[in-house]
Amino acid sequence: MLELQNLTRRFGARAAVDDVSLSVPAGQMVGIIGRSGAGKSTLLRMVNRLTEPTSGRILHDGTDVTALRGKALRDWRTRCAMIFQQFNLVQRLDVLTNVLVGRLNHRPGPWGTISSLFLRFSPEERAMALDALDRFDLAEQALQRADTLSGGQQQRVAIARAMLQEPKLLLADEPIASLDPRNARVVMEALRDVNRRDGLTVLVNLHHLDTARRYCDRIIAMQDGRIVFDGPPAALDARQVHAIYGVPEEALEAETPHAPASAVPA
Amino acid sequence: MLSPAAERGEAAFQAARRARRGRVLLGVALFLAAFLASAWMSEFHPAALASGLPRAGEYFLRLLPDLRWATLFGDWETEGSIAFWFYRLDKWALLLLETANMAALATLAGGALALLLSFPAARNVSPSAWTYRFARRGLEAMRTVPEIVYALILVWAFGVGPLAGIIAIALHTTGALGKLFAEAIENADMKPWDGVRSAGGNWAQACRFAVLPQVAPNMVSYLLLRFEINVRGASVIGFVGAGGIGQELYLVISQNYYEEISAIILLIVLVVAMIDLLSEAVRRRLGGEARA
Repeated sequence: MLELQNLTRRFGARAAVDDVSLSVPAGQMVGIIGRSGAGKSTLLRMVNRLTEPTSGRILHDGTDVTALRGKALRDWRTRCAMIFQQFNLVQRLDVLTNVLVGRLNHRPGPWGTISSLFLRFSPEERAMALDALDRFDLAEQALQRADTLSGGQQQRVAIARAMLQEPKLLLADEPIASLDPRNARVVMEALRDVNRRDGLTVLVNLHHLDTARRYCDRIIAMQDGRIVFDGPPAALDARQVHAIYGVPEEALEAETPHAPASAVPA
Repeated sequence: MLSPAAERGEAAFQAARRARRGRVLLGVALFLAAFLASAWMSEFHPAALASGLPRAGEYFLRLLPDLRWATLFGDWETEGSIAFWFYRLDKWALLLLETANMAALATLAGGALALLLSFPAARNVSPSAWTYRFARRGLEAMRTVPEIVYALILVWAFGVGPLAGIIAIALHTTGALGKLFAEAIENADMKPWDGVRSAGGNWAQACRFAVLPQVAPNMVSYLLLRFEINVRGASVIGFVGAGGIGQELYLVISQNYYEEISAIILLIVLVVAMIDLLSEAVRRRLGGEARA
């Protein structure tokens, strides 16, 4: 169970996330929707503690995540894996090593760190990484440099990396915003698979309403840093959509092209 | 006939151009004034230059070896032969090797230290504002002191020989390379950093996995460039007794062995040029394809 209590993050005078309270039971797949700048990214980044909250608390199974420091914080980050809109892989490293980054915090002691700095990974770790890659149809690409892969492949590498962390939670920050529709579907199906088969709680920020409706058990809508809707996809009717986005759903569909112009070739 | 928008835009453009011209003129005037003042202070008079130049030429003339066509390819005991000019080539070759060795060791040691210090000295990855300031100021202090000053102190501490020279060059190299490395790190893309941190990697791991692969080609290139500079530095550092060919050069200069001066300088130029060419070739090959 993940609980957010009165979570707030200010950038200067502006509150990116404003007094958000939320609880997510284990194993749920939650879609967070809203316009750009509504605070979705900041919210997810706070859960992983990449961004520090200004006030409020994050609790996971009773542990106060906001108070963690040092090793305990790294352990928490390992338990709540994260994937990003721009994949955030190391472009100049091969795919296998990128996936093995997910094991970095599973190597105890100073020796674990030192050997990792020389890229010394055990055959068991490599086997785990290769199995994860194979699950997302990328075993063939294991020794290629990450920058030789398409956007969709890179995002699946990122999911494989996340799985090697053996997390309880998966945070996905706009995972398909830089992908074409076909790759977007493959990635969303991978996320749902991880949710159904591995029982991970998945929190995913999405731009497209229909994607959220199709894949998520629960939809949360944000506007100006606040939660303005929280319920099952079926409860999100036309009136609600108009309130969230300020325009009717048809107009919304028209303004968001189906093949988004992406910085990364798909 | 201009439209009102074009008229307003044109007026703003002209005003901006006038302002820019004014600034440029002011800058040029200030620069000229500073240049003349510094020339006057350092007695850079055209007259002094004119009277000194012939003397420099005279010195170069004296350096010229006494080569004769008839005996040009004679052995080292024949006066007027190339072998006679370079009659101590064996000793000089060894000293040049020692010089290149000093430069290589100093570059490696300084580069390794610079690599370790450059991460705390890069604003974007430094663990805290204080480590950043401390590392930056430390690197600054290391590179402000010239090699020759380090060498003077270290020769006093370790005695005459290459060890003092190596440490002296390594210290200066750490300061110079550390700054360049840190700036390369500051230009790195930070998205992979978020990726590694979000996966639970610690600071050292994030530096290694997210940053180093991006900056390694740059760093190798800087390292080779520094090696070239250090070969030159190592050839002079012997003047204060810190090993290498410089020690010999100082000796022959102070004793006015003119032909030997030209022979040694020619050898240094040859070796430095060779190393320059080699390292440039290596740098070019690394440029495209470097894996770290």
